[in-house]
Amino acid sequence: MNDITDDITEPESWELRLYVAGQTPKSITAFNNLKKLCEEHLAGKYRIEVIDLLKNPQLAKGDQIFAIPTLVRQLPQPLKKIIGDLSNTERVLVGLDLRPLKEK
Amino acid sequence: MTKEKSNVKSMEGLPKCQTGIRGLDEITDGGLPKGRPSLVCGSAGCGKTLLAMEFLVRGAIQYNEPGVFMSFEESPKELAQNVASLGFDLNDLTARKKMSLDHVRIERSEIEETGEYDLEGLFIRLNHSIDSIGAKRVVLDTIESLYGGLANEGILRAELRRLFRWLKEKGVTAVVTGERGEGTLTRHGLEEYVSDCVILLDNRVEGQITTRRLRVVKYRGSLHGTNEYPFLIDEKGISVLPITSIGLQHDVSNERISSGIPRLDTMLGEKGYYRGSSILISGTAGTGKSSTAASFADAACKRGERCLYFAFEEAPNQIIRNMRSIGIDLEPWIKKGLLEIYAVRPTIYGLEMHLVKMAKLIDEFKPRVVIIDPITNLIAIGSETEVKSMLARLIDFLKAKQITALFTNLSHAGGALEQTEFGISSLMDTWLLLRDIEIGGERNRGLYILKSRGMAHSNQIREFLLTDNGIDLIDVYLGPSGVLTGSARAAVEVQDKISDLMRKEEIELKKRELERQRKAIEGQIAVLRAEFEGKEEEENMLTQKEKLQEETDIEARKEMAHIRKADVSTGNEPTKKGRRNIK
Repeated sequence: MNDITDDITEPESWELRLYVAGQTPKSITAFNNLKKLCEEHLAGKYRIEVIDLLKNPQLAKGDQIFAIPTLVRQLPQPLKKIIGDLSNTERVLVGLDLRPLKEK
Repeated sequence: MTKEKSNVKSMEGLPKCQTGIRGLDEITDGGLPKGRPSLVCGSAGCGKTLLAMEFLVRGAIQYNEPGVFMSFEESPKELAQNVASLGFDLNDLTARKKMSLDHVRIERSEIEETGEYDLEGLFIRLNHSIDSIGAKRVVLDTIESLYGGLANEGILRAELRRLFRWLKEKGVTAVVTGERGEGTLTRHGLEEYVSDCVILLDNRVEGQITTRRLRVVKYRGSLHGTNEYPFLIDEKGISVLPITSIGLQHDVSNERISSGIPRLDTMLGEKGYYRGSSILISGTAGTGKSSTAASFADAACKRGERCLYFAFEEAPNQIIRNMRSIGIDLEPWIKKGLLEIYAVRPTIYGLEMHLVKMAKLIDEFKPRVVIIDPITNLIAIGSETEVKSMLARLIDFLKAKQITALFTNLSHAGGALEQTEFGISSLMDTWLLLRDIEIGGERNRGLYILKSRGMAHSNQIREFLLTDNGIDLIDVYLGPSGVLTGSARAAVEVQDKISDLMRKEEIELKKRELERQRKAIEGQIAVLRAEFEGKEEEENMLTQKEKLQEETDIEARKEMAHIRKADVSTGNEPTKKGRRNIK
């Protein structure tokens, strides 16, 4: 497991999982996009876990992964899934319910 | 027989993967293409999932080929429950690593798409499942659900194409199910990707009766049946029974079997029906068709043969009770397992279903005699041509197995008695007609043989009696006033006896009279004879008298000559003289 953790425990903590299959261009793009987005909007209160399904194929079942790359928002509830390389920042923010957060 | 052939063929050509589903391997000439994906499509509720599941379960149990079931619709728990009624224990199979169930749940509301992606996750999951149990078979049910969950069709199409190619490379035999679209085989054109073998399932409703049908639309590189075949889903899974008219190639038996009614056997050339022939008994209501059928069943069981009785009108218990009243006890045969009564209302299935069901029961029970009582009710659920085609196929099916079949047919009163509604008489080898004969205010039953192929049969009518000891046939009264039966026959027979007696007396009387006359004449003859004898005597006396007179005359003349001293030789003298004179 390639764990990259920037974990700061705050009242609101974000747990994100990024499923990839090897170091494909799409996966790398997705990871970079995610990282950038998190730094901008969730600085200091997120944790990203990258799961490479080529190494741990059995993990795909649990989170119902079928597309690669897939970002899963484990916390806060409810569970959200975003598939694709996360290049459309707008859509990712909607998908993660981050918009209202920014306005706070 | 066809099976062996197909195995040889499939060995030479395309490698096949046996499904183990009854009949399907026959139609596909050995099974699905090995190591390739096949498409099973059809509308909702036509049995796609079940077919796919049975393919996996049979593979795991019968052919030792583990399988992966990837479901996009139902959860493993639901699947296990659904097929438990068919006796498939999925939990046990999964525990034994014979099967792996994976539920891919795609919830559109939970998913947001941004940018490029692929379905590698699905590949990885599938690959993992396949490798973990060494699967040889894979089912994707229904992969089209992806279209509902994902917005980017371009990616989806490319990925599905890649998936099928990948499945081929993996060497697994896959069944992919697809929902039927309008005008196309599948809603999203899956048939474009899966082009080796396409099977279409159908569930049609005609006259409120549904019939499931299966058709192999395409099978690249292999022979296959092209027709629509009806199939059944029952407690043993799917059975497709390819019953088509094979033609008239079946073997013919010379063996004769009893009809159960001794005098009927006599009418049928002394020996009864031919083994493997088809017999039709027509008649109006209450003429004893079922009783004749039951007699035949009873006779078959007595010979130790199995008999399968399809009852479309009565419940088994009712048949048993009714037949007991005429001295035919069928119950022991049922207990012995020689007789099976299968009672069902005709309207419960379509015709094809009936045919499939019957063929299935016949295959399982292996009877030598089959009774269908009556076929008339089948017409309620099909058109004339359909019924005829169904019966033709049924008869061919039975003949190929050398099973003797007896059909009863209720003809409508008022119509021509010889008329069978479906024109099926030409399919029958022996045709008996039971009819009412109505004379003198009572109805009696009469039996004729309208035809019986290949035997010298009686052309006479017999009166048909249902007695406490079964069926009896007796001669009808054939007199100057026509055919008489029942009490009319009895009455006429009594009358006949009386007039017979009277005639005898009359003759006796006449004989005595003649005797008397003869005696009188004899008396007269005696008198005449006496008279005759008297006359004769008289004549004799006269002759004697004359002779005496003559003698006396000669004596007297001699005497006189002597007295006159004439020549001794008186008489001759003058003649001598005369002769001399001539000289």
